[in-house]
Amino acid sequence: MIASAQQTTDPTGGDDAHFRQGRRWSSKRPPLAILVPAVCVGIAMLLPLAYLVIRGAEASNDAWDILFRVRTLHHIGRTALLVILVTASSALLAVPIAWLTTQTDLPFRRAWAVLAALPLVVPTFVGGFLFVSALGPRGILQQALEPLGIDRLPEIYGLPGAFLVLTLLSYPYVLLTVRSAFQSIDPTFEESARTLGHGRMSAALRITLPQLRPAITSGSLLVALYTLSDFGAVSLMRFPTFTWVIYQQYQAFDRSIAGMLSIVLVCMAFAVVLLDAYTRGRLRYYRVDAGSSRAPDVVRLGRWKWVAVIFLAFVVTMALGIPAGVLLYWLIRGVLAGEPLLALWSATANSLAVSGAAAVVSVVCSIPIAAMVVRYPSTLARLIERVSFIGFALPGIVVALSLVFFAVNYARPMYQTVWLLIFAYVVLFLPAALGATRSSLLRVSPELEDAARGLGRTHLQTMRAITLPLIAPGMLMGMALVFLVTMKELPATLILGPLGFKTLATSIWNASSEAFFAQAAAPALVLIMLSSLPMAFFVTQEFRAATASKS
Amino acid sequence: MMTKQYGMILGTAMALMLAVLLACGGRPDGTRTQAAAAPTQPAPTPQTIYVENTPGSLVIYSGRSESLVGPIIEQFADATGIDVSTKYGSTGEIAATLLEEGANSPADVFFAQDPGGLGAVAQAGMFGALPDGITSLAPDWAQSPDALWVGISGRARVLVYNTDNLTESDLPDSIFDLTDPKWKGRIGWAPTNGSFQAMVTAMRVLWGDERTTEWLRGMQANEPGVYPKNTPQVAAAGAGEIDVGLVNHYYLHRFLQEEGDAFPARNYHPRAGGPGSIVLVAGAGILESSENRDNAEKFLRFMLSTVGQQYFAGQTYEYPLVEGVRTNRLVTPIDEIAKPDVDMASLADLEGTQRLLRDLGILQ
Repeated sequence: MIASAQQTTDPTGGDDAHFRQGRRWSSKRPPLAILVPAVCVGIAMLLPLAYLVIRGAEASNDAWDILFRVRTLHHIGRTALLVILVTASSALLAVPIAWLTTQTDLPFRRAWAVLAALPLVVPTFVGGFLFVSALGPRGILQQALEPLGIDRLPEIYGLPGAFLVLTLLSYPYVLLTVRSAFQSIDPTFEESARTLGHGRMSAALRITLPQLRPAITSGSLLVALYTLSDFGAVSLMRFPTFTWVIYQQYQAFDRSIAGMLSIVLVCMAFAVVLLDAYTRGRLRYYRVDAGSSRAPDVVRLGRWKWVAVIFLAFVVTMALGIPAGVLLYWLIRGVLAGEPLLALWSATANSLAVSGAAAVVSVVCSIPIAAMVVRYPSTLARLIERVSFIGFALPGIVVALSLVFFAVNYARPMYQTVWLLIFAYVVLFLPAALGATRSSLLRVSPELEDAARGLGRTHLQTMRAITLPLIAPGMLMGMALVFLVTMKELPATLILGPLGFKTLATSIWNASSEAFFAQAAAPALVLIMLSSLPMAFFVTQEFRAATASKS
Repeated sequence: MMTKQYGMILGTAMALMLAVLLACGGRPDGTRTQAAAAPTQPAPTPQTIYVENTPGSLVIYSGRSESLVGPIIEQFADATGIDVSTKYGSTGEIAATLLEEGANSPADVFFAQDPGGLGAVAQAGMFGALPDGITSLAPDWAQSPDALWVGISGRARVLVYNTDNLTESDLPDSIFDLTDPKWKGRIGWAPTNGSFQAMVTAMRVLWGDERTTEWLRGMQANEPGVYPKNTPQVAAAGAGEIDVGLVNHYYLHRFLQEEGDAFPARNYHPRAGGPGSIVLVAGAGILESSENRDNAEKFLRFMLSTVGQQYFAGQTYEYPLVEGVRTNRLVTPIDEIAKPDVDMASLADLEGTQRLLRDLGILQ
């Protein structure tokens, strides 16, 4: 039986009435094996905020003047508008793609799944530039249309450009989370609904969509917070958001005002997180009986197949084809002109190593928090979960400087080591992992764990034998997400990396910031291609896990 | 069938990746790759530099990107045998990192893109005084008054203009005249950029606050496109998105190298001089907390040696600061610029400039 998001449509009703409160486990205290790591991770996530309070407290009166200017309100308003638009459009783009690539007989569907996820690795600091080159008023598209008498395209700058670039480069957050939810949906619910007389559409809207809700909201939350913290796209698209104002303070060498303004940004992020929590409600998404033992029927698209292919081809061309195309053009032009290119072996190896480590550590750190939130809901659990979003919502430079401050003063041996860098990635990207583990844990019935413990297993044994295998697809998805976003991370890598440490992202930045376009294109293309390999792996694993869990 | 498709995709991706990696491997032409390919081989240089038995180490924090200064830093390491490690970032990021580290900083040298970044670190009292042997190498106008940092290379402020839409004669004698309404919607600027702010500081020194404010308001009335930095502005000027941009001179030469001489943009040094024709510097200082002071001094001397200066003139299209080193032939010689007489030392009031820009709503 299921408790869907529409509680009143619970198809079986009856004997689960005592579940309805959703607080059945709140009286239970979490075991120390969960509580202690969760609290430790939560404290680590608070470091950036603690730093901001220290810096913000030093701010002069200028800071208050800046804060209470009418202009600041405009920036906040503009930021909110951008966040809403980007989040909504990302979800609208991602859910159909997730459905097409998991549930239908779309041709080449796994290839599409990989390609559609890749825009996530294009860093916005170069992505923004690439989109201007392609779609700007006098960009490549305009030149192609020149024979038709079009000598200037409408301005891309401002809201349209920022909206376009951020949507195209961040919708994969929703795509990846929703894909993994589709994989673990039990097809019998929708089938029952259809035998009860609902049409395909009605069944999808009333049964399937509500089951996807945790995935859609957790993906959307990431998009919203990412938009809040982005500097690259908004600065190149000349749309001044609040983060842009914070960066200005660093460019003016004023860390105190930047600190104070960042606290305001954290408050905005909390507003988004609370909104998410409010819509999430107290719902359950698991079933207690054995469940269906087969994979869902593949939806046959029939004639719609070609519409679907055109839709996917359009999205992939816009989000991946344009940036990759311009990069390839830069590279070829540079090579033909005899531009020297630099060796990329060590940057490539470093990128893979730190991104892989960040992915694994983030997912491991997210498990105790997910367990607290899902199994032992309490004020403390909610607090830890919300605190964990701080790093993700802050611009990378803020998180990096906060860790410089703490490491230099209190953990000197850690400073400028790769360990601190990985720690920084965890602080920055934990929510990406947490969203994935939390929404997959929501679908695991606690009755199964109770049964295992009733048979004499300890908490840890239960976790290893029952819980972890069941949430494995979610963990893999979390790792994929964290891996992809770490591959492109720039400010923390520059500031906290060991001396002389290079990654593909820093190589791209080093070259592109001084207009060495050919030298920037090579690492950017390697970054995109390399990221496609783990994505391909995750997509196949996901598929296997989905079939395995149903057989 | 799925697996087969999948294998093909994987295979293609890996082949492409391999191709790019190979292409990026050692290309024998160009000084950059040579330096990168043989990091341990000491290359003989015309300078007399003694290779000691234990040359020790040096930590450089560079606010200038690796594409620009990496090769010359490597050449220094090769020539001296010193174990040099470098942290690269933007000048703002690196300065903030240094300020956060304070006296615990592992850095020996801070190499910055503009006087603003150097000034912020100097103001925090983190630079040690440089010996006469170093400050005497650079001209007086190109260093801090109390010998805390020294200019390494010069960069001119220019107007970059689109050559399809304008000729040099269409451009005003002084940047003050960009406030003429005929330029409305045709200008780009980057007010957050350090060099732009240094130019406004020079403007305040030369013109006074009142006239500077008048200029800034006039510019605002002409609704300039606000770019985050110089590179996208030069790209926009080349594309004809804007007709004129306020930038540093050397970005154009990068574009010409990448896109060929047909790239439709050129630099213009305002002929009547004034702040629009100022020559600024990128420079470096040695941290008070440095434990490798000797090596740090060697580094600054090397940067101000003929070899170092020739590198900046030849490879980064900047102005050499020492006598006897020739400017790149593609770059307007410094004597032909109506360069105003402003010392870098007089540009210390960055805060005043930022306050002015904030009050006018140009900065936040």
